[in-house]
Amino acid sequence: MVDVALWSGLRPLVGGRDSVTVEGGTVGEILTALRRDHPALGPTLDAGVSVVVDGRVIAASLTEPVHPDSEVVLMMRLKGG
Amino acid sequence: MALDSSKTTGFKYVGTRPDRPDGFDKVTGRAKFGADATAPGMLFAAIKRSPHAHARILRIDTTKALAMEGVKAVVTRADFATGLTGENWNILENVMAGDTALYDGHAVAAVAATSALSARDAMKAIEVEYEILPHVTDVDKAMEPGAPVIRTGAADASVPEGLHPNVVRYHKSGHGDVEAGFAEADLVIEDHFVTEATHQGYIEPHACLGTLGADGKGELWCCTQGHWNVQKVCAALLGLETSQLRVTASEIGGGFGGKTTVFIEPVALALSRKANRPVKLVMTRAEVFKASGPTSSTSMDVRIGMKTDGTITAAEGVFRLQGGAFPGAPMEFTAMCAFAPYDLKHVRQVGYDVLTNRPKQAAYRAPGSPMAAFAVESVIDELCKKLDLDPIDTRLKNASHEGTRASFGPKWPRIGLVETLEAAKAHPHYTAPLAPGQGRGISCGFWFNHGGETSVSLAMSEDGSAQIMVGTPDIGGSRASMALMAAEVLGIPYENIRCTIADTASLGYNEISHGSRVTYASGLATIKAAEAAVEELCARAAAKWGIPEDAVYWEDGCAKPSGPNAGDFEPLPIAEITATMGATGGPINGHFEATPEGAGVSFATHIVDAEVDRETGSTKVVRYTVVQDAGKAVHPTYVEGQFQGGAAQGIGWALNEEYIYGEDGRLQNAGFLDYRIPVASDLPMIDTVIVEVPNPGHPFGVRGVGETSICPPLAAIANAVSAAAGVRMRQLPMRPSRILEALDSAADG
Repeated sequence: MVDVALWSGLRPLVGGRDSVTVEGGTVGEILTALRRDHPALGPTLDAGVSVVVDGRVIAASLTEPVHPDSEVVLMMRLKGG
Repeated sequence: MALDSSKTTGFKYVGTRPDRPDGFDKVTGRAKFGADATAPGMLFAAIKRSPHAHARILRIDTTKALAMEGVKAVVTRADFATGLTGENWNILENVMAGDTALYDGHAVAAVAATSALSARDAMKAIEVEYEILPHVTDVDKAMEPGAPVIRTGAADASVPEGLHPNVVRYHKSGHGDVEAGFAEADLVIEDHFVTEATHQGYIEPHACLGTLGADGKGELWCCTQGHWNVQKVCAALLGLETSQLRVTASEIGGGFGGKTTVFIEPVALALSRKANRPVKLVMTRAEVFKASGPTSSTSMDVRIGMKTDGTITAAEGVFRLQGGAFPGAPMEFTAMCAFAPYDLKHVRQVGYDVLTNRPKQAAYRAPGSPMAAFAVESVIDELCKKLDLDPIDTRLKNASHEGTRASFGPKWPRIGLVETLEAAKAHPHYTAPLAPGQGRGISCGFWFNHGGETSVSLAMSEDGSAQIMVGTPDIGGSRASMALMAAEVLGIPYENIRCTIADTASLGYNEISHGSRVTYASGLATIKAAEAAVEELCARAAAKWGIPEDAVYWEDGCAKPSGPNAGDFEPLPIAEITATMGATGGPINGHFEATPEGAGVSFATHIVDAEVDRETGSTKVVRYTVVQDAGKAVHPTYVEGQFQGGAAQGIGWALNEEYIYGEDGRLQNAGFLDYRIPVASDLPMIDTVIVEVPNPGHPFGVRGVGETSICPPLAAIANAVSAAAGVRMRQLPMRPSRILEALDSAADG
């Protein structure tokens, strides 16, 4: 199980919690579990998010590993100029 | 043999300053830019644009235009794909209006003819009947009750109930209890800041040449920061199979984020499909201003609390950005970058993405971040003044560093903010005396940087030289950087390597050249591709010597036996291996495809001296120093150029550049005569200091450098001007009339 921290705009969608705990060993599995366990997050996830794993911003790759003690934070998807 | 070129010291080629590979072509005119493309039988196109800020399109009559001599085709929205959704629909709606013109300059039809003059005449002959609708171009007014609704139902799920329909996205992040934090402060300052929309100001207008047959096969030459994206989007907008459209990127005369999407390319292809001839389309400068993608304008409120010793106790920001008539203003980046330089226990940031009747914004170097820094760093400057604190020491006291929690959530990995502040403090500029009428400003800035999908191919030639194909258009010297990194791995001179930007039919997918990702991501892929080639070179040497492959290593461009037990062989130079590669197993290549996710964030600290003429309100930047963490500067001259370029564009944004809309909602200054970018005589020599805190996510430690340099200038210049004028400047640009107003206002008390 991995704790996933949410930006505060998402917290009302999960009962006010600042993080949720889901199962997953990769970024892709985490996102799948978030969709399954917290359907209210679906539109936000569909719009695109980055996942920060232990300080590394994962913008696209679903195969990046996540460990149970990893710090995982959702962030709006990155782009640039 | 295991091969890993990772290192952060001991480079032979990386970190040197060889001649740029594109220099000769550019100074002799041999380089081919977007408008240089030609084809037999080529037609010329012109676009009919709305003269209204907001108007329903009742009728488009192309009869007269089509009857004119030399006119071969006219297209309207009916000639594009239907049924699109999401961002593809937004892009199509921007490229060619549907039933409503949403801003002054919005395309409503286009024509192709045998000459540019005929095309322009025919464009004028297209008749459009409009029903003019109420408009709004100001971000605050667009959020007010009763403001004209640009589009109903455009808001996504993030927007709280009760907001105006023009608010289409919302962001809120942070941690702690900001009110408790403000209660701990000895001084709290809250202020309101405004910035106007600016344009990237690239010298080369958008240009393309497209050909598309009835069989759905097409070719497109265009100036772009990302031709795979152009391929993908054009295919969607025209209902094509993506792989049937081959896109070649020309040399690019500046992009800065403004060429990360499409504006005219689908139009040229639609006209070509209808006329069955190649079609060339080049924007005028006025069209570039009116109908490409400027930045957002902003309205911002920032509140920061500080103890007398300089400790920030809490910070809060509300950032409202208009992004034109479409969702996408980068308010989440404004919010997330705002307080990133500081280790804050209590912080909250809120962003609003607001629709207005302006062109669809596009990225501009670190989109959203410079405006945030302007607001936040101005308040910190004011706090330092009021509490009599040194601005660099105060920033050092609160600086983010490895292990502290970022304002947007995660803990920081190894970052280099403290190092930039310390280097700035040690720089002679910081303690140099100021002349009367001058003021000094400091600011920090932050940008995330990015990785993204990347493919690179490297091929050895028989003479031992190498060619690299990358898919990221060279917008800042990346061909030189790729060649240097490949030279480092292969152990051959920089001059023996040629790097080419491949077309979409010649290489795997590559994300756009954006997010300061190219030297990081394409560089990483180039290193890996070169390593793959070296592995094969070693294998050929092993086969020649009759020893195991893992008994061979690569050094200084030669295969060598790994020790006495491997055998007594003279080093085998690369050219001797490649000379016989056809007979020893075939061509030797290397390639690498991945989505690198180790981009390292970057911080900068800028020092600016400005002089204000209190009679005219004119400002002159008299000294400027950029200090930035590059991770590893692969080609330091290019890195310094990026630093200087960001500062120069920031000077323009801070002092002169702005989109000016009239009461009628029309753009008043669509040309470089009235939209004033800085020229050489407006700029001081811009000093640079490259800080190198290696990024652990790149084999050589590279961090992106292209965007962070534009994050601090607005604030650093505003702080310098405010110090020189003796009055806080809260609105950009700080044009002379605005400075005089501020001086008068201060004098009136």
